Amino acid sequence: MARLFEYQSKKLLKQGGIPVPGGDVAATPEEARRVAEKIGKPVVIKIQVWVTGRAGIGGIQFAATPEEAEAKARQLLGMKVRNFVVDRVLVEEKLDIRSEYFVGLVIDDAAKKPLLIFSPAGGTGVEEMARLHPEKIARRTIDVLNGFPEYEARNMLLRVGIEGAILPKLSDLLTRLYKVARTNDARSAEINPLVVTADGSVFAADCHLVVDDYAVYRHPDFGIEIAREFDRPPTELEKIAYRVEEKDYRGTFYFFQMVDETAGSEKYIGFNGAGGGGSMMSMDAVLNRGFKLANYCDTSGNPPASKVYRAAKVILSQPGIMGYFASGSGVASQEQYHSARGLTKAFSEEKLDIPAVIRLGGNFEETAIEILGTYLKDIPGAVEGYGRDDSPEFCARRLEELVAKSGGKRHEVRPIVETPVPAGAYVFETMTGRLSFDHSKCPGCRTKGCVPACAPKILKLEDGKPVLAVSAEDARKGKCTECLACEIFCKFHERDAIVVHLPIPGLKEYREKIRSVKPRT
Amino acid sequence: MAILVNENSRVIIQGITGREGVVRAQLMKDYGTKLVAGVTPGRAGQDVYGIPVYDSVLQAWEKQGPVDVSVIFVPAALVKNAALEAVDAGVKLLVIVPDRVPIHDVLEIAARAAEKGARFVGPNTLGLVSPGKAVLGMIGGRAERAREWFKPGPIGVSSRSGGMTSAISYYLTKAGLGLSTIVHVGGDAVIGLSHPEIMALFQEDPETRMAVMFGEIGTTQEERVADLVESGRFTKPLVAYIGGKAAKSGTRFSHAGAIVEGTRGSYETKVKRLREVGVHVVDAIADIPAKAKEVLGA
Repeated sequence: MARLFEYQSKKLLKQGGIPVPGGDVAATPEEARRVAEKIGKPVVIKIQVWVTGRAGIGGIQFAATPEEAEAKARQLLGMKVRNFVVDRVLVEEKLDIRSEYFVGLVIDDAAKKPLLIFSPAGGTGVEEMARLHPEKIARRTIDVLNGFPEYEARNMLLRVGIEGAILPKLSDLLTRLYKVARTNDARSAEINPLVVTADGSVFAADCHLVVDDYAVYRHPDFGIEIAREFDRPPTELEKIAYRVEEKDYRGTFYFFQMVDETAGSEKYIGFNGAGGGGSMMSMDAVLNRGFKLANYCDTSGNPPASKVYRAAKVILSQPGIMGYFASGSGVASQEQYHSARGLTKAFSEEKLDIPAVIRLGGNFEETAIEILGTYLKDIPGAVEGYGRDDSPEFCARRLEELVAKSGGKRHEVRPIVETPVPAGAYVFETMTGRLSFDHSKCPGCRTKGCVPACAPKILKLEDGKPVLAVSAEDARKGKCTECLACEIFCKFHERDAIVVHLPIPGLKEYREKIRSVKPRT
Repeated sequence: MAILVNENSRVIIQGITGREGVVRAQLMKDYGTKLVAGVTPGRAGQDVYGIPVYDSVLQAWEKQGPVDVSVIFVPAALVKNAALEAVDAGVKLLVIVPDRVPIHDVLEIAARAAEKGARFVGPNTLGLVSPGKAVLGMIGGRAERAREWFKPGPIGVSSRSGGMTSAISYYLTKAGLGLSTIVHVGGDAVIGLSHPEIMALFQEDPETRMAVMFGEIGTTQEERVADLVESGRFTKPLVAYIGGKAAKSGTRFSHAGAIVEGTRGSYETKVKRLREVGVHVVDAIADIPAKAKEVLGA
């Protein structure tokens, strides 16, 4: 789920009519001073990171003057907190707090409704309070068809002893919070603490919104780079992977790096699962053999071969891994030869130097296993393909044996060498790349096998050379499914005249950097 | 018998002329599902494998007669509109295949469905199969595979993973055990019919003698199944497996639901709670067929 920073969340609350302390975000000490000057009162300076307990690590500071605010901001900016480097602080008016409450909205999966929770005791102890004194916590599920009228909020508050002048202020705030959550597609929205100041005003002193990944497209203004759950900023490789996913709606490609560093004595592997459940089962199998995952990756939902190819290229951009493990549920509904072809193109381009165990059980697994066995027998790393009757445990054991046999050789990241389009080649665009036929090589071809190999049947022969049988426009729009069958056939059986060019923006530069920073032998 | 769908259920596909719609129309029709119509706005008068296409669900209903089930294959952003259309037309069961449907859209579909007495499977589901009777969705991929992998029998399967629905069902078939209905309930955090609701249906189905459940970390579905067992509302033998033991808290995997939320929802609490009430929780998927045989006395 896409988390928003405190300052972003507060902006949304403010738009929704919920009072927040005056202030602004600052990226430099000078900016912090200017914000403090504008406020003209003592301020609080808070680091903007996705961690709780900021006060305990010195991430929240107070300043009486703009000069002090600048000095404190200088201290905080650049501070390292878990996986974050602080690059922004929020400078706000310091509140004169009289009491603190908690209010949070989550989605209740059992009720299939939003659930609003209010606790008269705010701050850090709210979870313990909920556990020890559940009767002191107000809960209310919301009927999304009728909304959340103010009187319902009021009755909810009355039940936990809220009364007097504060009651209508809080009930109004609760109804507004639901509207903010709904308007902004939040999966959760939390104000903690919600404070009452000495003059009886109510403010959201801290808040935290999590936006539904699936609805991020409705809110481009949030500037969410990767609409996925992270407890740290995405890595460079994850950003590269996400751009692939974003540009190709066919199937899923999810990539997550589990560690920063694959050196040391641990046995790291590249992991390529398929489907959530099958991936988890497969992950358990390799972890049980003492492997560690360098990454988690899922290619499922019937992705084209080109997407699986790109996933493999991304996975193989991690130096030091000792093996490649691909495994899904074992009984996939998708046609498995697409994945097999994607891996074949990637592994043979990379001249894969570590063992790979590929479990491709499911629809057309026999073809898939045959593709791997036929075309990958001559690369340095051993590649074995398995089907639905081979368990993940068995496959994990095979990987262990192959890694032992390879002497624990670690993967070396190779530079990306883009194959140029030969001069005078016949070229057409595909959905995410381009295809080139070097027709000058065609006269020596005996079989013309690329035409029957083409899965969507969009090629025909003209003067003995393959050309499109559909319009270039149709090919680009998706008639060419990037199944890679023509390239693989031509490369291994004929003249190596066909290249499906599938760029991965940023990967070339990334690999150059990896190679220069961490030279490995 | 089976649950939710059988050979007599009258089915339509919303989005029948799209990339997935066309392919899965063939799967369902070839398998024997009673597919009576398809809907794609603006395409009335066309047909897909001989199945007539209409402009709206209401129109399909008027021309072809009552509709029991609608299987939805439209882009995620259009799912809410399609689902509400079907519910308002009077369809009582929806199968919502697409993934990435915004959660607030799902809440609205759930509220409207509850109001109209309709139910839905998904979103983010491969669908369901009552072996020998009907397929809804895309499970099996092709009719001949679905027939080969899933044979009729006494075991009901409910799974939060699409791939594992097929895998578990295939391994049970291979072990000589058959299936009443297999359901991929969907991978998202909020879904229509979740594990406990499917178990309640299996309880009422005389053909189902036992159930198998593939659970995952995140959400409260498995805990609620344990509640059903404890209160005597599910009394048939249940074999369960919970995926995601290795998942770090806070690490999200492809299923939106697979996220650890508080203490409920973790691997340990689910397994503990299910074992407490006498559910057979196995540690490996491969152990499911043997355990199923044992509890069936087969």
